[in-house]
Amino acid sequence: MTSTAIEARFVCRFPGFELDVDLKLPGNGITALFGHSGCGKTTLLRCIAGLQQAQGQLSVFGTPWQTDNLFRPAHQRPLAYVFQETHLFPHLSVRRNLTFGQRRVPAQQRQIRFDDAVSWLGLAHLLERMPAGLSGGERQRVAIARAILTSPRLLLMDEPLSALDQSSKQEILPYLERLRDHLAIPMLYVSHSTSEVARLANHIVMMDKGRVIAQGPLQETLARVDQPFRLEEDAGVLVQATLDTLDDQWHLARFSFDGGSLWLRQDPRFRPGDPARIQVLARDVSIALTEHRDQSIQNLLPARVDRVETDVTPGTTLVRLLAGNTPFLSRLTSRSAAQLALTPGQPVWLQIKSVALVD
Amino acid sequence: MLETYWQPVWLTLKLASLTTLVLLLVGTPIAWWLARSRHWLRQPIAAVVALPLVLPPTVLGFYLLLLLGPNGWVGQLTERLGLGLLPFTFEGLVVASVIYSLPFTVQPLQNAFEGIREGFLETAATLRAGPWDRFFFVVIPLARNGFITASVLTFAHTIGEFGVILMIGGNIPGETKVLSVAIYDHVESLEYTQAHWLAAGMVVFSFLVLVTLYALNGRARAGALR
Repeated sequence: MTSTAIEARFVCRFPGFELDVDLKLPGNGITALFGHSGCGKTTLLRCIAGLQQAQGQLSVFGTPWQTDNLFRPAHQRPLAYVFQETHLFPHLSVRRNLTFGQRRVPAQQRQIRFDDAVSWLGLAHLLERMPAGLSGGERQRVAIARAILTSPRLLLMDEPLSALDQSSKQEILPYLERLRDHLAIPMLYVSHSTSEVARLANHIVMMDKGRVIAQGPLQETLARVDQPFRLEEDAGVLVQATLDTLDDQWHLARFSFDGGSLWLRQDPRFRPGDPARIQVLARDVSIALTEHRDQSIQNLLPARVDRVETDVTPGTTLVRLLAGNTPFLSRLTSRSAAQLALTPGQPVWLQIKSVALVD
Repeated sequence: MLETYWQPVWLTLKLASLTTLVLLLVGTPIAWWLARSRHWLRQPIAAVVALPLVLPPTVLGFYLLLLLGPNGWVGQLTERLGLGLLPFTFEGLVVASVIYSLPFTVQPLQNAFEGIREGFLETAATLRAGPWDRFFFVVIPLARNGFITASVLTFAHTIGEFGVILMIGGNIPGETKVLSVAIYDHVESLEYTQAHWLAAGMVVFSFLVLVTLYALNGRARAGALR
């Protein structure tokens, strides 16, 4: 984990809801604020932006934005905010929307050039259009470019994809990845979608009922079983792997990691030597005590049991396993877990029914 | 002869323009406050602003006359400031018209301001725009139609003013004798031809104002759908 750049403490009470968080966030990459709707993610983001007044302290790269006797209003915080509804100014063309924030930043603080932002988000052909004539995906791309053109120290995104249809989401995701990889700006990304988080985030803050229930690097945090995550069907791990072999006869690709390898269908985006992020959901992993080759599942991995915990759904058990040093989660019925008599340290075989290449 | 025709017309146009200008300056902050505030005084103040809509102009004119007169506290203030007394002067008409037409400025503006989603202002704030900046570059353009409606209605309503003016301004040619009073005078003296010229002019003018207003609003609505 990189050193802490953003420290936030907020306490905020509403009728029937209380936000009480203490966060330490890294100064680069994407941090996902993850949780069910109503858990306080958006409220937290608004507190950080200064759009909502709450008791607390906030400092970003050593500069205090809020203390007990200081409250910088939103327009005096060098941040940018991408809203779920894009809020493009309807009276301004795309070009003038883009320059709205940029013009208000002193010239010597502008680090992102207009032409770069336009080309990163593919907006060159839209500049003279009015917002009303744009598609949902185009509008969100304009909103993102408008935000980064203020050269912010911190980029806040509040479910930027949730108002879009599936194809627009797929259209935006590569742009967000590009920004994550090109910009040295930390991003806080509110989401309730595990697939978005798995694909984009480096770091995760899990929230429930106004509190932080876990925070840390993404892979490490997802692979924990000791948390009341309530991820249920979405529980799973991310495996950082490298493509090492292409099998053209079966149109498969082998991705290796510390502790084994997985076969996936080939994806034209990945060439041998490329790093990849693979999502393995707990519900797709079953456990056998011996190696079975007489069945259809291709991905079998030797592993050891690490921990066995009762899951939040009644009758299910979540097992944490290690293949080499790579953690996996498996979700079993409690009866299976009892019949297999799993104990920590026990060698087993993982049968992985399906995996997703997320990045 | 021509003088007596045109003098009331020019006076009326001057009065309506000045009233509209003053009201845009005074009415905008009031409308903004009414649209955004959650203060307990909001409803009482909204009611005060709307009073000129329901009160007979004579009531309004009567109290203004008392207030601005030598025994009213505003009258005493203006005298002490060396401004003299306002009743029966053009300036007095402007003050009366501003109060009389207040709801015609405030209500369209308030509606327009209430229609601006908070999200636009928050977005502007995160794009480094301070409160005044947000007002001039986000609120005013988004409330453009509200400003057009408010200006046209205020202007037209001031032109049609009669009761208040008669109460507070009397009938001084070149000073307080506006169109509506001039028509009244002509009719009183049975000069129907002159009354016709002015009255018919008013009908045509009012019609044109309203047609323009509807056309502008219609175009704005079509624009929003485009």
